[in-house]
Amino acid sequence: MNQDSRVHEQVESLYRADSRRILATLVRLLGDFDLAEDAMQDTFAAALEHWPKDGVPANPRAWLVSTGRFKAIDAVRRRARFDASQEKIAEQLETEPGDAAAESDESVADDRLRLIFTCCHPALAPEARVALTLREVCGLTTEEIARAFLTAAPTLAQRIVRAKAKIRAARIPYQVPAPEELPDRLDAVLQVVYLVFNEGYSASSGASLTRADLSAEAIRLGRLLLELLPEPEVMGLLALMLLQESRRAARTSPTGELVLLENQNRSLWSREQIVEGVKLVERGLLSRRFGPYTLQAAIAAVHSEASDAAATDWAQIIALYSVLARAEPSPVVELNRAVAVAMRAGPEAGLALIDAIFARGELTDYHLAHSARADLCRRLGRSAEARASYERALALTRLEPERRFLEKRLRELGEEK
Amino acid sequence: MKYICLGYIEPNKVEAMSETERNAMVDECVAYDDELRKKGHFAGGEALQGPQTATTLRWKSGKVSITDGPYAETKEQIGGILVLETRDLNHAIQLMSKHPGVKAGPFEIRPAADLSEMIRESEQRRAGGKAKSKRP
Repeated sequence: MNQDSRVHEQVESLYRADSRRILATLVRLLGDFDLAEDAMQDTFAAALEHWPKDGVPANPRAWLVSTGRFKAIDAVRRRARFDASQEKIAEQLETEPGDAAAESDESVADDRLRLIFTCCHPALAPEARVALTLREVCGLTTEEIARAFLTAAPTLAQRIVRAKAKIRAARIPYQVPAPEELPDRLDAVLQVVYLVFNEGYSASSGASLTRADLSAEAIRLGRLLLELLPEPEVMGLLALMLLQESRRAARTSPTGELVLLENQNRSLWSREQIVEGVKLVERGLLSRRFGPYTLQAAIAAVHSEASDAAATDWAQIIALYSVLARAEPSPVVELNRAVAVAMRAGPEAGLALIDAIFARGELTDYHLAHSARADLCRRLGRSAEARASYERALALTRLEPERRFLEKRLRELGEEK
Repeated sequence: MKYICLGYIEPNKVEAMSETERNAMVDECVAYDDELRKKGHFAGGEALQGPQTATTLRWKSGKVSITDGPYAETKEQIGGILVLETRDLNHAIQLMSKHPGVKAGPFEIRPAADLSEMIRESEQRRAGGKAKSKRP
């Protein structure tokens, strides 16, 4: 390999490993997302031009940051020829300290957190937070994000443009929130990460049940967050994602059909992800500052440790759901608890709990509540009721494999008659 | 940076309060406004009288039409505005989250628009227009 292509390769691997980190620092130094993005593209282009001649600098990352900064100042200067108001911006950028080499690792790590917290700011629309995070923090292209969310690329691009415009106009600061705001703000970040994961794990609509890339991206994001901010709920969320992801190979059949947890071939579960997930759950629980994510991960961990559905420690699962329902009251948690109760105390006990939720007028439009009810009725031999509930679930689901699953159950009921 | 905070209230909710409750709420709000003033964040503000006192001017068929009241009666109505001087949006959110008025109804926070550039351009246009009209 000649010198040139070696440098080329080095620049490419730097781009893959460090472009997000460099972007995060440039956004801070330049105070503008678009300016920083252009500067980052320019600085990598400059590296390809200069490094083969001048050699690779001792600290490539620092070189890329300070070159990017100068490129941005040049760009603003060029614009100043047509627009006088830009001159002031260029001057301001020049006088602000920007010596990347002199900056501590800590402030650079903070830049990545600043980027995450800004992209997930609660003053941005929820869809925009997701799009912006995937674009800026994960470095996905607009087209990739649009494809993953089954959205048209121009719509998604506009969402990102609007979010950036709001950051600029409303002056959403580029900073890590103060300690007293951290819990709420972190919660908003975790929501974005989990939303990305779920979109990849159980797509809300469409023909395919999973979009593995998005889940992998969410796990990568979770790892980054844990590295930057080792809070218990960050551990909890990463654990939850790993434990759910560990079942990916088992949750759809080779023909793309949905396989319920109790029927999954557990030898297909990823041991590696389970071991990592369980370890994180334990760390999170030990902190005694855990919340809903850690509790949900703990429930997933109990499932992961059982050789089959019958051998599952249902008592522990019911207890964990009870704690979760207190920490974060929700009818969906109650539904899950009801299913666990049915596994331990029989379908009748679970059915009574689900009917109590419906009686309060809750979850009546939630397809999983109806299919859970249908399943319990089926086990009790109450075929007519089971059929009515399966049909209700079928009318409510938007996901093709789930439709096929429910249709199969309905056919089976027909045969039993 | 200036932020305009539009404070909404639900009149029904306020009317349903006892006098003691209402007084306590008013006192808390006034005290907090004073605190904002002392720290230099209060850049102005007015309470508004009820929507039944409102008059709307609208351009219609080439002339101004005057109608009674706001365009739409909604459950939440603007009760007052407050102009805040803060570092950035986070700072504005922080200060308004502690404002007791948030319990009476939502606050909408919007950055003030800087029209100085627009006004300067307009002045130039108008000056240019005059110069032109002087020419024969």
